[in-house]
Amino acid sequence: MALTNEILKEKLTEKFGEALTNWEEPYGMLAVTAPAEMNLKVMQHLYDDDSTRFRFLTDLTAVHYPERKGEELCVVYHLHSLENNVRLRMKVYVPIEKPDVFTATQLFSGANWMERETYDNFGVNFVGHPNLTRILNVDEMDYFPMRKEYRMEDPTRIDKDDEMFGRGGTVA
Amino acid sequence: MTEQQNHIQLAEESLAKQSTTLNLGPTHPATHGVFQNIMEIDGEKVLSTVPTIGYIHRAFEKIAERRPYYQITPLTDRLNYCSAPINNMGWHMTIEKLLNIKTPKRVDYMRVIIMELARIADHLICNSVVAVDTGALTGFTYVFQWRELIYEIYEEVCGSRLTTNIGRVGGFERNFSKVAWEKIDKFMEGFPKVMREFEALLNRNRIFMERCIGAGPISAERALNYSMTGPNLRAAGVDYDVRVAQPYSSYEDFDFKIPVGTTGDVYDRYMVRNDEIWESYKIIQQALEKITKLEQEDPAQKDIFYAPEADHFHLPAKEDVYTKMEALIYHFKMIMGEIEVLPGEVYHAVEGANGELGYYLISDGGRTPYRLHFRRPCFIYYQAYPEIVSGGLLSDAIITLSSLNVIAGELDA
Repeated sequence: MALTNEILKEKLTEKFGEALTNWEEPYGMLAVTAPAEMNLKVMQHLYDDDSTRFRFLTDLTAVHYPERKGEELCVVYHLHSLENNVRLRMKVYVPIEKPDVFTATQLFSGANWMERETYDNFGVNFVGHPNLTRILNVDEMDYFPMRKEYRMEDPTRIDKDDEMFGRGGTVA
Repeated sequence: MTEQQNHIQLAEESLAKQSTTLNLGPTHPATHGVFQNIMEIDGEKVLSTVPTIGYIHRAFEKIAERRPYYQITPLTDRLNYCSAPINNMGWHMTIEKLLNIKTPKRVDYMRVIIMELARIADHLICNSVVAVDTGALTGFTYVFQWRELIYEIYEEVCGSRLTTNIGRVGGFERNFSKVAWEKIDKFMEGFPKVMREFEALLNRNRIFMERCIGAGPISAERALNYSMTGPNLRAAGVDYDVRVAQPYSSYEDFDFKIPVGTTGDVYDRYMVRNDEIWESYKIIQQALEKITKLEQEDPAQKDIFYAPEADHFHLPAKEDVYTKMEALIYHFKMIMGEIEVLPGEVYHAVEGANGELGYYLISDGGRTPYRLHFRRPCFIYYQAYPEIVSGGLLSDAIITLSSLNVIAGELDA
């Protein structure tokens, strides 16, 4: 039986029950939120289960939502089951004070640099990563540049306020 | 952040050890880009290598958070600059997916022509550079004349050559000119002969084969585990191609094969790219036929070069801007970036010349993306390089690097 989004959702709910939340299907791709400590369990299950076989990590990145208190950083995994040609987006939210997520490097060798890039840009701490160091930015950098509090422009400029980009903001 | 002085400090064991440390790069004629490899070599054998990347990191993802959508297209140019049109089209298609815009068939086919030309240009560079690194400069200079013609076609369509900024959301900025069609015809006519000569020079060339077969191999399992995509994955024997798996831009209308290799070595990668050039050529042929058929059935098709529902993203014709009030207002609105899109979250992948090029876009309804992430195939498969080359010869490491087609712009974003 061909794997579809509905079947996949059913299978995952059957296995993990209420732990997986926020089921969505934007633009045809199934998306789900998992608790931070369960990310590896879910991926391992998807990897091993013969009916799903999600054995390809397409992408790994993070998003910063400063207004979501307690879950500011969101780590996004894009998994792909090549045999079934089904994609899955899995999200994991962590607080910015303690951004600990288990590493996926044991499962996917390709996660190594993707996690280093995510650490470099957002400061997500991938627990168990073999070499979690900066990869694109200079080693001496002491902040995580993709977080929203680091603005591109000179902060004293008012003509580059958020309002100019359609997001409310304040103009002095 | 404070500036630090990095003094050279030799590790204590560096005097006692038997192997040599070799710095390959960051600027070295054999690396074809700015990246460094610190290799431990024993004679000619590579023991281990540590790649250092990020020399041309330009923070595109951060910049993209402060740019209106149309200003992000030039950023995508600079990812894989050997096939910039594919990046541009991928980005336009991402926005079209977000806005649910359906492009007309003729636009799809025109895009396919440009994208496949870009793929041919990219593969020509990669393959001929592999030949250069094995000592054959002739093929490189010979096929570059045809890459030049492809660049002239871009120039006719969009006005620029390397970093193209080609196309717009919904289609193209203008219809292809008569000269553009003529140049495409010229390419289709002359290219097969040249390609066959290039193949005759290398494909069964004893020296080339001895040099490439068995150099830098990777198994299908490891390639998948490393999230490799594109010709490098197919050379290892996995028939994954985004054009077939999740067709975009009407690729489902075309009849083409996915060439695969078996051992994933330099020769297989070369042959897969070589065969893909022929498949791309076939696709362009079919696209030209399809466009001719569309135009024969309905002559009005000749003027269709963008989706009408995307006109909020499409600059009005210049003569209208100068003569019509409404067109002037729209022009101003678009240039000032005052076009807002719906909130949404979309991942769109295209088959770039190097592999799956993905755009992960989160829009919160503002005029710029809330977050944009590029899935850059180079960045992901280059991490397999230490594993591929360790245990092999130093000279094999060089041709492996060029046959993986690592493009510094895409690597470092």
